[in-house]
Formats: sequence, C-alpha cells, structure tokens
Amino acid sequence: MSSDCPDLDVNSQQVVIDGEGLQSLLAALKGAGYVVVGPTVRDGAIVYDRLASVQDLPIGWTDEQAGGHYRLRKRDDGAWFGYAVGPHSWKKFLFPSSLKLWSAQLKGKDFRIDAPEPDDTRYAFIGVRSCEMHAIAIQDRVFLRGQHGDPNYQAIREKVFIVAVNCGQAGGTCFCVSMNTGPGATFGYDLALTEVVDRERHYFVAESGTQPGRNMLSLIQQRPAEKSEAQAAREVVDRTARSMGRQMNTTDIKALLYRNYENPAWDKVANRCLTCANCTMVCPTCFCSTVEDTSDVTGQTAQRTRVWDSCFNVDFSYLHGGSVRPSGKSRYRQWMTHKLASWIDQFGTSGCVGCGRCITWCPVGIDITEEVRLIRESESSSQGA
Amino acid sequence: MQMQTLEPILSQHPFFQGIDRQYLALLAGCASNVVFHPNEHLMREGEPANHFYIIRQGRVSIEIAAPGQGAIPLQTVGEGEILGWSWIVPPYRWHFDGRAIQLTRAIALDAECLRGKCEADHDLGYDLLKRFAIVMAQRMSATRLQLLDLYGVNDTA
Amino acid sequence: MQPRLYRVTRVRREIRDTCTLDMEPADGSPIPGFTPGQFNMLYVFAVGEVPISISGSPQAGNQLVHTVRAVGAVSRRICSLKKGDLLGVRGPYGSHWPVAESSGKGLIIAAGGIGLAPLRPVLYQVQAQRESFGQVILLYGARSPSDILFPRELERWKLAGVEVKVTVDRSAAGWSGPVGVVTSLIPRLTFDPLNAVAMICGPEVMMRFTIVQLNQRGVTDDRIFISMERNMKCGIGFCGHCQYGPSFICQDGPVLPFSRVRNLFGVREV
Repeated sequence: MSSDCPDLDVNSQQVVIDGEGLQSLLAALKGAGYVVVGPTVRDGAIVYDRLASVQDLPIGWTDEQAGGHYRLRKRDDGAWFGYAVGPHSWKKFLFPSSLKLWSAQLKGKDFRIDAPEPDDTRYAFIGVRSCEMHAIAIQDRVFLRGQHGDPNYQAIREKVFIVAVNCGQAGGTCFCVSMNTGPGATFGYDLALTEVVDRERHYFVAESGTQPGRNMLSLIQQRPAEKSEAQAAREVVDRTARSMGRQMNTTDIKALLYRNYENPAWDKVANRCLTCANCTMVCPTCFCSTVEDTSDVTGQTAQRTRVWDSCFNVDFSYLHGGSVRPSGKSRYRQWMTHKLASWIDQFGTSGCVGCGRCITWCPVGIDITEEVRLIRESESSSQGA
Repeated sequence: MQMQTLEPILSQHPFFQGIDRQYLALLAGCASNVVFHPNEHLMREGEPANHFYIIRQGRVSIEIAAPGQGAIPLQTVGEGEILGWSWIVPPYRWHFDGRAIQLTRAIALDAECLRGKCEADHDLGYDLLKRFAIVMAQRMSATRLQLLDLYGVNDTA
Repeated sequence: MQPRLYRVTRVRREIRDTCTLDMEPADGSPIPGFTPGQFNMLYVFAVGEVPISISGSPQAGNQLVHTVRAVGAVSRRICSLKKGDLLGVRGPYGSHWPVAESSGKGLIIAAGGIGLAPLRPVLYQVQAQRESFGQVILLYGARSPSDILFPRELERWKLAGVEVKVTVDRSAAGWSGPVGVVTSLIPRLTFDPLNAVAMICGPEVMMRFTIVQLNQRGVTDDRIFISMERNMKCGIGFCGHCQYGPSFICQDGPVLPFSRVRNLFGVREV
C-alpha cells in the first residue's frame, strides 16, 4: 500500500517521550478541541472509546487470540500497548453504525426534507495500528471516490488526528506481513509511537508524520532519541514481523477466486458458517449498509437512517420476492470473494489488511487464510495427483 | 414441373441444411405446395398426421379444444418454421389442432410417402429423425419458457 | 444525498399493475440531463425508496417520466399517487444503453414484460434520429395481449421505420399475432449479425435465452448489452447491496456489455 499522505516527513527526527509525556499529549489534544478516543478495557475486551487520561489505556493487559477465542490476560511488564486489535475498529467513528441521513416533515399534502449538518466532531485516534491505518485508507477509497463522495465520512475524516502505535507483538490471529500492511506504520499518521519496554526502562520513541503532528509533538516534553533507542524501536517492529502466526499467499489471488466459484470448498465452509455476520461487524474495511425509513407515531415526521448491514444477511440480496443468495454457501463465497478478489477490481487494493479479527470473532473459528489455502491446494491436487 | 421448383426451395431451407443431395430429390418427390386460408385447419387433434409443413408465409395457431372454452391457442408457428412432428412418432396422429390465422402458404411433405422411404433407407430415416429431434427440442424449450410465465407477478425488469 | 422534491404532473394507468408518472421539480428548476438506461431512486414520504428506470425521452422538455410496476410497498404507493403529489427523486444514476455509440449500426432491441420501459428512451431516440441507424428491430414479449405496454407507441415506432414484432406467452380472443416466447422470434429474423448491436431488458431468464439465440445467429458478446437488476439501497455505490461480482449495478450498470459479465451469468446465487 503506497503512502497516501503527502505530508509524511520521512526525515523527521525521532524523539523519546515517557508516560507523562503521553498524558500531556492527550491533554494537549483535548485542549485543542479533540475528542480523544482509544483502546480501553470494557466487558472483557479492549475496545475503542473515549479516553479521559492515559489511565484509561489497557495498561498491563494483553489479548490472547485464536480462531473463535479472545481473552484478556495480565502482562508482567506493564506495557501500555501490549496487545493487538479488539472487536472495535476505527470505522466505529468514521462510519458510525447508525447515522441519521435526513428527516422529512409533512406539510398538508406536501412535505419537505431537512438534511442535518454533517457531524463535525474532531476526533483524535490514539493507538492506530498499521493494519488499521491501511484499513482507514481502504475505506477512504470507498467513501471518498467518484462524484458521490460521502459528505458524512468526509466531514469526520478530514478532521481526525491520528496517533499510530507500532505493534510490539504479533496478535494471535494476525497476518499483516502477508498483506503488506504492517507491522510498522508507514503513512497516514500525524504521530507514530513505538513502545519500548524492558526490565530497566519504559519509553516511547515518537515521530511526526505531518505538520499538525509536529506542532502537537512540540508541546510535549521530549528529547532526541539516541541511536540505541531508535534501534530498539526498530527491533520491536522487526521482532513482531518475524513472529507472525499466520500467513496468506496472495499470489494471483484475484484470478484464483474468480475461477473457483464452483469449488467444493465453499460447501465445506458453509457447513460451519452460521452467517452470524460477526466477521463483517468486526472487519475494519467492511462498508455495507442499509437504510431504514421510519416515521413517528403521528406519521407527520419521517426519517432516513443509515445502519450497518452485512452480506451475510439473507435479505441483503432480496430481489423479486426472494433472495439472490439464499444459501449460506453463496453468502460466505460472496464475502470472501469480495474481500480478497472483487475489491481489487473495485478499489485497486485488497479489502483485507490481515488484522485477524474475522478469525478471532468467528464463533466457529473459520480462518480466512485457511480457506484460501484450501482452494489453492484443491487446484494443485487436481493438477498434480 | 412441381418437382423441379420444390427441390431448390427445399435445398435452401435451413431445416435441410447439409442434407445428402440424393435425399433432396426423394423429399421433393413427396412435396407439394399448399395454401390455407384464414381459419382453415391444417390439422385436427386425433386425425391421422399425413403431412408435415414448411411454412413459407403466414401464421398457424396451435390450439386445443376444450368444452366451454372453444379453441385455446397455445403457440403460433410462422414463416420459415417447421410445423408438425406427429407424423414421425407413432401412432402418427395429430396431438393438437392447427389453424391458419393468416393466409398461409406452405410446402406439405407427404408423411406416408416419407415414412415408407425412411423404412427403406435407414440413413434417410436417421437423418430426418435427427433434424426433427432438434425441432422438437426447440419447441419444448420454448414451451417451458412460456410455462415459466416470466412476466407474471414475481418479475420486474 | 437527499432527494429533490418533484411534483406529479400526470398519472397514466398502463396495464394491470403498471402506471406511468410524469413529474417535474417542485421548485421549477430544470430536470437534470440523463441518458437512456439510467434510473432514479424514487422516494415516497415515510414509506421508502425504489430504483426505477427512466422511461421517457431525453428530449421531452422538463418532465421526468417513470413507468412503475406495483409489486411492493413503495411501488404500490407510487402508483396510487395523484397529480400534484410530491415525491423525492435522487439521480439520474447508472450506465446507459449504447445508442450514440451504435450510430450507423443495426439495432436489435429485445424487451420482456416491463423491460420495455427502460428501453423506451432508446426507441424515442431512434424515432428522433432514424437515419443514424441501420435496420432497427424491436422484439417484445408480453404476458398476454392485455399486458402489452405502450400499444399506441408500438404503432408509431412501426411508422418510424422500426420492425416491431410483438409476441405473447398466452393468447386471448381477438389476438392474431404470434404466441410464444420472445426468443422464438430470433431464429427467423433477417438481419446482418456482423453489423448489429443488441440491447436486451427483461427477466434474467429471458435475457439468458435471448443471448443464446443471438449468439447462434452470430451476434458476439461484446455487441450484446443487458440491463441487470439487484437489490439497491443507496444507488450511488456505497451500501454494497447491488454488487454483481465486482460490478456495482448502480454505477457500472444497470446496462452492462454481456462480454463483461459472461462468466458470472452461468453461476448460481451470485
């Protein structure tokens, strides 16, 4: 994924800040009018919500992830960002799950339509992972393209201040290296942090990516990073990259899936898939929505609301009295083929960033990397054997 | 005189495309020009199927008679199309009515004449059966599409 | 992204469950330009929105014309609107029939049922510029004689030099035209397949079999255009509902060259 951010200053100086520095960063962001959101522990998971202070961060927590499995565990090193990604993604703010589009008011026999002003909240995202940065860029291509760019998405997106965090460990289900989306953030951020924590020291190596990032950083107590500290930060990212638990072979994946619509692998996975739509809810790039037209009890006021939808819902493809995709098999095939193949024709990149959420949050642990592998293998076995 | 005019016409019709030259003469020997005026019947359900027709001009309605409903039209056969397969399938009786709804000119091929020649020369018989199998398959496929009632309630476009 | 308000100027009952609405912007402004094949999202207060192809002429002054079949909650309400009622309109959206691009060529226009409505703008354009095209054939299959849409215009198009062939699936008293599926009209057509562009609109089954017949006559897939339909919510490429493989029917379609979707056409539940 190439850099979309022209401001990125690759020669920006790396500095070291500590926990107090990070706290003052949050305070400075708040003072500048940002609504600061980031990871926090709630209901046994690390979710994204408002942060009052650094104390709200999942300090000392890590996540244990596997197919259909997510648990929080205590760390022994007190790391502040020692986990991967949870069930939330930043689309929660950029592409809210429920959004009023407009309302209509009856006036005698006529009616008028009133459009609300787009939400102009200024968010500061704390702790954006590289895979998530790619996911945001992917959704940018979806929502800001063509002649019908989404004004609601744009209004929030252009005001977001992004503090990226480079991953200190590979998550249990992620495969960003395969997808070329991490683990180190390379674009799109205002500030990037790498947490270095060992027995003696605990500090953050920080660098800015934009002028607003530089301005914000200049307000924080800091000192230039020494060579060893910059090296340690690089080592963190390299170590993460070397310890990926999964990989996806994306060679020619578009052609592979396009020629395998009738592969028996779809029937097999359909036996397990519950079409519960969890994967689409947690996926940071899934963008499908529907609209609900409602009115109040008096029937005088009507409203159109956009809400998240999922291609796994049987009504999603409703047409002429029935569903075009009534079987779970066709819906799973639609989701995976779209995510990994059609997306490339539509938007120029893969729709998958390798964050692993769909694997973790699938109740039956379906693994998208495994499904690709099965289809690939079914081809070589039919050719070779 | 008649044989000379019909052989070229038969040879040019797509239905006989690629047929052995010798059979064309044979077929022409069983062929004659016919005309039906509007409302005249080419065939009646139950009667011996003595011909099949190559429609050169006009339109024939394939129908079935039901008490209280008169003649129910099912399909039409028009210019250039082949009408009649009952001649080649026992008991060689028409299954439906066929009524000209426009002035219809056709070439009628005598069924008894042809059946005899097919029994005598199985190669001719096989060739004709193959050609008629295609006609019947197309007719059945089209009829099935008609049955679907594609433009009925469950459709929009 | 919100609808513009239009006022209904005329309601015409066509056949049994089908109506045609003429409408103009409520604020008196000009209607946006559109090309044949495009559609609008029509909104009925508090009920919802549906995608409906424009069925009027691009040169028809300031009236927007839609022919609607009442099959669901919204479309039924649209057909019960009266002159003077308001509705919301978003659009025009989507791709168009290659009419201008087919200048000098022969046209085979095949319509099944309500499919004639999205093709009517093409026929208006042919009528207005008949000399721009070669042989123009309209094949139209209707359910029964009483389900034939736009019967007076069919006659006018005949007079304008279009070969109009109408067939019905089910006959009725007084009908002396062809009875049988519209695909059965193709084998006996006299036309030059190398110079023909086909535009097909109707139920997907009808389009599939029509394409088979056209292929057999020598019309290649790159010169066959179809109008696809899928569930639509936003009409502008965001909601994801109308995807057909990689194509968004609301943006890459509804008119698509068959050569582009040929591989998907044979796959069930796509």
